[in-house]
Amino acid sequence: MIEFFTGLLLVVGAAFMVVAALGLVRMPDLPMRLHATTKAGVLGAGLMMVGVAVYFGDGGVTTRAVAVIGFLLLTAPVAAHAIGRAGYFVGVPLWEHTKTDELKGRYDEENHTLASPPEMQDAKQDDDAPRS
Amino acid sequence: MFDIAIIASNALLSLALVLAFWRLYLGPTLPDRVVALELIASLTIGFIAVYVISSGRTPFIDVAMVLALTAFLAAVGFARYLEKGGHRDDD
Repeated sequence: MIEFFTGLLLVVGAAFMVVAALGLVRMPDLPMRLHATTKAGVLGAGLMMVGVAVYFGDGGVTTRAVAVIGFLLLTAPVAAHAIGRAGYFVGVPLWEHTKTDELKGRYDEENHTLASPPEMQDAKQDDDAPRS
Repeated sequence: MFDIAIIASNALLSLALVLAFWRLYLGPTLPDRVVALELIASLTIGFIAVYVISSGRTPFIDVAMVLALTAFLAAVGFARYLEKGGHRDDD
């Protein structure tokens, strides 16, 4: 029974890893690739570590497997955010069919800060209005 | 049955590794390659999990833990380097 659940967790985790790699290859631009790899990759690695914890059923192994999952869940979003931010600021092109780019015109190339451009600060009250 | 599951997960992880290396080769920009490297680190954690189960050598879980943390440090370091003025294009 334990072997069945371990095998199931391993195969499902590996399948999620394949989905992440497929997304990495097939997605058209950097933010979408980050979206595919971060979530599916962490889920896949986490499921495989759960498989390790289930298979051994031992206090020490379970604690270390939970620590690995905790580190993955803590670090992956931060790393993805840092890479996505750096990629946007360096000028990696977005997909040609991208509908909205909320950061457009709000990034200062000189001192690397984000702010609303002057004409948009006056129009802040209109933010709730539906966009045409 | 269990042996088949081990072999199947190894095969799936190898396929994912090939796809990740394909993106690492294609690029087209440096941040894309950093994303591929991060996925490769996650894949290595998966390989370690399969190896720990198939061989019973539990100390290897510590390797997975260290790998998760170093991959994070590498990604953040790369992002800092890019943001503070690295290459704009890597052709």
